[in-house]
Amino acid sequence: MARAKVQRKSTSIDMTAMCDVSFLLLTFFILTATARQPDPLEVKIPSSTYKIKVPDLDMGILSIGKGKVFYEIVGSDIKKATLIKMGEKYNITFTPEEIKRFSVLGSFGVPIGNLKEFIMLTGEARDKYSKASPGIPADSTNNQLAEWLMQSRHSVAELHQTQMRVSVKGDSEEEYPAVKKIIDILQKQKINKFSLITSAEGGQ
Amino acid sequence: MAELDTSSGGGKDKKVRSKKANTKVDLTAMVDLAFLLITFFMLTTSLSKPIAMDIAKPDQEDNDVKMELRASETMTILLGKNNKVAWYMGVAGESAPNIEGFSDIRKSILKNKNDLYKAKGRLLIIVVKPTDGATYKNFVDIMDEINITGIKTAPAIDDVFITDDEKAAMKAGGIL
Repeated sequence: MARAKVQRKSTSIDMTAMCDVSFLLLTFFILTATARQPDPLEVKIPSSTYKIKVPDLDMGILSIGKGKVFYEIVGSDIKKATLIKMGEKYNITFTPEEIKRFSVLGSFGVPIGNLKEFIMLTGEARDKYSKASPGIPADSTNNQLAEWLMQSRHSVAELHQTQMRVSVKGDSEEEYPAVKKIIDILQKQKINKFSLITSAEGGQ
Repeated sequence: MAELDTSSGGGKDKKVRSKKANTKVDLTAMVDLAFLLITFFMLTTSLSKPIAMDIAKPDQEDNDVKMELRASETMTILLGKNNKVAWYMGVAGESAPNIEGFSDIRKSILKNKNDLYKAKGRLLIIVVKPTDGATYKNFVDIMDEINITGIKTAPAIDDVFITDDEKAAMKAGGIL
């Protein structure tokens, strides 16, 4: 009896198609992932079991930490409109280039007088500047924060015909009075409903 | 790498041939890497999204609108320093506040809620009073606990009117 001959087959598979697909997916995920801008003010947010996602549009985010307040306006068109309005308010004229650069900035925490200087900085220098800056002045004599909030709310109402949502991103270790001070500013403008940004709690 | 030699051996051929280089590249490592990155991006895009906790505070200027709360249905939680809370049912001063940590407060809320529901069939109302010693995290935690315990009535957040009785009780407990 002749022994059945075992056919030797190549074990290597053609990986090209698989590679193509995986890179296609990779590209897709990289592009859809919203590039998160690093926060100039480091804030460790507390966790909660809430399930409501933070919306992406028509928002103002207040970061509170180390006694400083930083403000971030979401949406480049709103940023532009707000900056122009703030300029009119404080008699500062911003050049078109400055407005353009401001429209892509993340959160900021400088007094309005230093804003021009801050806008023209780049990359690392801006980070350093942010770390050293005292945040947006929010005391009763010079309440620029209230003005920023007001102007951005006006801009959202004009451009998008909706109400701006205000979110508070506070540091876990921040003392309650510091947060209360900011919330009081919100409430002065009749913003009695706002969101606190928290991270998702795991293992519940 | 993981490729078996499938050539038919031999080597008797002495003719000098131009060597044909194998054009197949081993893509395994590349695919591995690609999938690793895919996994990373998939997870980070969905997980990094922060979560919003909606808070409503009473209007500060509109002092005419007042809601009477029944003392027997109200649980007041005072947030103090060192991650401690003090809570009491009903009217301040009448019952001594219990001082607890954040790990026990959930049980207390649930107990009060169930007791009240069994006795009267009414829903518990919670008043949260953060004091100056509390941190922002304490406040978020307590709002979260209220959410977890399924208190449907909107919690009243009051950081202005902290009575002397409450202050005294908190001082006695060493959390103010």
